[in-house]
Amino acid sequence: MSANQDDANLLEVRGLTKTFGTLTACDHVDLTVAKGEIHALLGENGAGKSTLVKMLFGTLEPNSGEIFWNGQAVTITNPGFAKKLGIGMVFQHFSLFEALTAAENIALSLDDGSPISTIAAKARALSYSYGLPLDPQSLVGDLSVGERQRIEIIRCLLQTPQLIILDEPTSVLTPQEADNLFETLERLRSEGKSILYISHRLEEVKRICDRATVLRHGKVVGHCNPRKETAASLARMMVGNDVQAVVRAPAQGIETAQPLLEIRGLSRKPATPFSIPLKNINLTVRAGEVIGIAGVAGNGQGEFFESVSGEVPQQDAASVRIRGKDAGGLSITGRRLMGAAFVPEERLGHGAAPRMKLSENLLLSRHATDGKVFVGAGGMVKSDAIYAAAQRIIKAMDVRKSAADPEAAALSGGNLQKFIVGRELDRRPSVMVVNQPTWGVDAGAAAHIRQTLIELARSGSAVLVISQDLDELFEISDAIAVMHNGELSKPLPIAEATFEKIGLLMGGAEPGHAEHALETS
Amino acid sequence: MMRLELVKRPQRSMLFSALSPFIAFVLTIIAGAILFALLGVNPLKAFQIYFLEPVSQVWQLHELAIKAAPLILIGVGLSVCYRANIWNIGAEGQFILGGIVGSSIPVLFPQFEGPLVLPLMLLFGMVGGAAYAAIPALLKARFNTNEILTSLMLVYVAQLFLDWLVRGPWRDPKGFNFPQTIQFNDSAILPELMPASGRANWGFVFALVAAVLVWILMSRMLKGFEVRVLGSSPRAGRFAGFGIKRMVFFAFMLSGALAGLAGISEVSGAIGQLQPVISPGYGFAAIIVAFLGRLNPLGIVAAGLVLALTYLGGEAVQSALGISDKVARVFQGMLLFFVLGCDTLIHYRIRLIGLAAPTLEAAPKLEEAR
Repeated sequence: MSANQDDANLLEVRGLTKTFGTLTACDHVDLTVAKGEIHALLGENGAGKSTLVKMLFGTLEPNSGEIFWNGQAVTITNPGFAKKLGIGMVFQHFSLFEALTAAENIALSLDDGSPISTIAAKARALSYSYGLPLDPQSLVGDLSVGERQRIEIIRCLLQTPQLIILDEPTSVLTPQEADNLFETLERLRSEGKSILYISHRLEEVKRICDRATVLRHGKVVGHCNPRKETAASLARMMVGNDVQAVVRAPAQGIETAQPLLEIRGLSRKPATPFSIPLKNINLTVRAGEVIGIAGVAGNGQGEFFESVSGEVPQQDAASVRIRGKDAGGLSITGRRLMGAAFVPEERLGHGAAPRMKLSENLLLSRHATDGKVFVGAGGMVKSDAIYAAAQRIIKAMDVRKSAADPEAAALSGGNLQKFIVGRELDRRPSVMVVNQPTWGVDAGAAAHIRQTLIELARSGSAVLVISQDLDELFEISDAIAVMHNGELSKPLPIAEATFEKIGLLMGGAEPGHAEHALETS
Repeated sequence: MMRLELVKRPQRSMLFSALSPFIAFVLTIIAGAILFALLGVNPLKAFQIYFLEPVSQVWQLHELAIKAAPLILIGVGLSVCYRANIWNIGAEGQFILGGIVGSSIPVLFPQFEGPLVLPLMLLFGMVGGAAYAAIPALLKARFNTNEILTSLMLVYVAQLFLDWLVRGPWRDPKGFNFPQTIQFNDSAILPELMPASGRANWGFVFALVAAVLVWILMSRMLKGFEVRVLGSSPRAGRFAGFGIKRMVFFAFMLSGALAGLAGISEVSGAIGQLQPVISPGYGFAAIIVAFLGRLNPLGIVAAGLVLALTYLGGEAVQSALGISDKVARVFQGMLLFFVLGCDTLIHYRIRLIGLAAPTLEAAPKLEEAR
């Protein structure tokens, strides 16, 4: 390729292929990013987006294919070289030291020996000029997730990259913070910088991206101008067929229905210096309804889930009540025996043991509740019974797998999540608490999981969903409460809730709302 | 500048997982051959003496069973601990305490005879071993101390306690000041299995029964499932409602009881009295047995027989070739090294990383940490 012919192309990728064993994660991927454009990389989870980006940033080596940078063929062997070329990356999961200040964290990655005060001054100037205000002296542990992302972006910008790769940047932001980020990105584009924007949120891609490359099963299925597409047509390209819309019939007679899960004045001291204390949380979930809890990650959702599930029991037995009885002092097993079921955020290592078969993972959460069916005399496990039950769940939830009873780690994230949700649904629980039900799950599977949660509620159970995905909460919830800094807002009925209202609450507006929650109960 | 790095393999090879102990054994033989050659001995001849002659006659098989019994009993118990990710290194001490507590009956009540004596002794031995193992368990559950250190240090306490007992309060008054207790009476002696052909006693049967029972526990029972879940993913175990502290006590006391049973079986079977030293390091060698047997109770039976052979072989080369019987320890050490090495390479592969310039090193490291 001659340089003058393709002057405008900053990056060109041709036939890039990466295989892991028998799996081809990227299959002859072609991609061009022009100077001064925001280019979207779209695809479901497992489509190969991360693999492609890791090859561009030098953390993975391609098996074959070529990368051209400003028309020159390059081999990117490590992230240091990528940075030298002018490629910067902001990861989805941050790598910041919580006990250090923002400036110290930036200095660690710059590695050029300049004094911290200089770096702090530079970072402050840069942050204000891009509309991402940041106090370099603040301790990372005290910052919100949105502010931490700013540090990552500033850290990246300080290396004056020509191409910035952003991996799902808005998944941790409130809608208002996301708007702010988009302005910054448009500003960068106007300065001639290029941005590779990875996302599965179609609306924002339509809004800010100039071109899009869509990946499916490791292959490029199309290049398009997202502004000329509809969200539905983009989704069709990503998934390969139409995604079934979730149907939610309005809940009937909720006000008079029996409260199945009641949380009364739940407080919890922080277990570690960087965990969030829970402050006087009140919430009632009645038979037949789905309550959603929105909130930016790291505002106490994990601590809340642990307290409600009983992985960490409470001092005050009345702070959690299940089906009208005090459960605060009970373990997770005790609460399950009262009819509650739980799905944690992490699948591998929390909701499931990675190296154990699906049938064994079924036993994990149901050894006590279904003790008679699965465990025989003298504590012997009835392997036939758990195998049959696991196959029943696999069938009901359409779990795709390579063997009859594979290890949990052998399943894709979405399929494992279908199994974990199905494992609890199979019990017909009267209370279901789910943390991030469809995080990292492809669109088809996510729709399926959401539909089953709604159906469970309509059949007379109480369903509590904690999620960072606002679209999801608006799709399935009858009311949405917001968790911010360990406090929970009063639930807004879905008819009154708007993205803007919820977004303001996520950002910490309306403090001292705990009293309202009492009124609704 | 070059750097070695272990990179996790996406998939484990089932074939090599099964072959790993055999590969380790072959590597040990090769390294042993080099060792013998350096000592100026013909390796082939040395191996014949080391591995074949000790098992060439029926009475020698009995000796093999005597050595293998405690190794298997202890190793089976340790496998439960290690599966639960709990590191009991103090089986040697639990073995000794089992021997002491079990021996208290024939030593303190020499007139007590009858069919009740032996079952009581065995029970006391198990209780003694379990109680001694409960100490590091309590320290870990209550104060989060490192059980590797506490259980190991308690070994030396047990050894010195035994030494003091046999030189002091429990010394045989008619024993010409030898540091040993009285000879146990006949009803306190573990009977031999087939006295016509050799000395092997019921300890070997205990070992086989324990191996089968623990195998059933680990593969068929809810308790074994709890052990495996808590050992492989503790957070999933907590989600399942399994208590990690209860598990610490369960694993320690089960392995302590089996080590204690091994201890009293050894004292009442092979020795017949208490002496300052009642174990040639069975508690430590059993760690090798547990891993060589892939932490599988049935595999541990085979591994126990192999390790027992290294003891007998060590004695054989000492008498036949004049090489120190410490060579047995060398073989045991090499075996453990190669087993662990093979296991590591099943899960990881080695990557050689050449570095162009050291200045670029810091940056990629930070990225990899993500």
